[in-house]
Amino acid sequence: MSDPMRIRAQVQGSGAVVRVLMSHEMETGLRKDAAGATVPAWHITEVVAALNGKTVMTAQWGTAIAKNPFTQFTVKGAKSGDKISISWTDSRGDKRTDEVVVA
Amino acid sequence: MSCGLAWRAVLAFGLGAAFALPVLGQKSTADGINQYRALLADGNPAELWEAKGEALWKQKRGPNNASLEACDLGKGPGVAKGAFVELPRFFADTGKVQDLESRLLSCLQTLQGFDAAAIAATPFGRGEQLTLEALVAFVAAESRGLRFKLPQGHAEERKMLEVGRRLFFFRAGPYDFSCASCHGEDGKRIRLQDLPNLTKNPGDGIGFAAWPAYRVSSGELWGMQRRLNDCFRQQRFPYPGYASEVTVALGVYMGVKSEGAASIAPSIKR
Repeated sequence: MSDPMRIRAQVQGSGAVVRVLMSHEMETGLRKDAAGATVPAWHITEVVAALNGKTVMTAQWGTAIAKNPFTQFTVKGAKSGDKISISWTDSRGDKRTDEVVVA
Repeated sequence: MSCGLAWRAVLAFGLGAAFALPVLGQKSTADGINQYRALLADGNPAELWEAKGEALWKQKRGPNNASLEACDLGKGPGVAKGAFVELPRFFADTGKVQDLESRLLSCLQTLQGFDAAAIAATPFGRGEQLTLEALVAFVAAESRGLRFKLPQGHAEERKMLEVGRRLFFFRAGPYDFSCASCHGEDGKRIRLQDLPNLTKNPGDGIGFAAWPAYRVSSGELWGMQRRLNDCFRQQRFPYPGYASEVTVALGVYMGVKSEGAASIAPSIKR
């Protein structure tokens, strides 16, 4: 099972700045292990951010994204008390969703 | 004609750039590395280990199905806050001076029923060593911003300080190296990396006060034990062993020298 994300969402101006830290190996599929066998690709393919259940951002990710990725974005019109949820899907079909209340 | 003008423009720009570059280059490598760390610090993945460690601290695990909330890190059972900046210290129940990792190992054995020797023999980054990484991040984070003040009241603690000091200056191995070869003077570096002088207080968040840390290059969280392992590897010494007295003694030496330095652990490193 995947580890929880760390999400922070703070009101800034007329929106909220969201910072997300995800726990993921992000294997590119190019690396070889000690025995010389290729380590299969395993990475996040899609990230979806939602404000109170309504999708505000989708992103397609690939192998160029770092291990344990950090992402930051601004959601216009988000107010204190709103709920921001982040979901990712990886290349094995695993999914994870975490939610945070805007502070 | 216009072609010549364009060339002159390119030349002028090129010269301008040539003069401008050395000015930029005056920023030292250390400044560059600090800037890089500051950029990354906002999203330091060590936070993921902190969260995992906190959950593991409270979770009932192991053959005894017990949590670590009764683990005494020196501030009383279950108290994690402020414990890190006073470690290594003497523990009456084990009769030994212990650092954070060796103490956690004792708790894993006495409270949860794990085999401490088997965990110590496990390679870094596997099995229960992963548990220790997370716990170390959690406990260190509970003391973030506090200043190191290792107790030196017990005779064993003073003995370990002296042992640590001697080990620090002990030259051996195929390169005739000691810790002091690299960390005994100001202004030393390995390639671009400035090395802290660990024979005195190197300052807030430097040296002993910066570990455990997330290493971007390997994407792993390293505790002081793993950091020391790497020091010994670079000196071509045999590794003294996880939670061994040698590593604890060096921890006492560096910790006592760092008295008054604020801890930023778990920090972020290249």
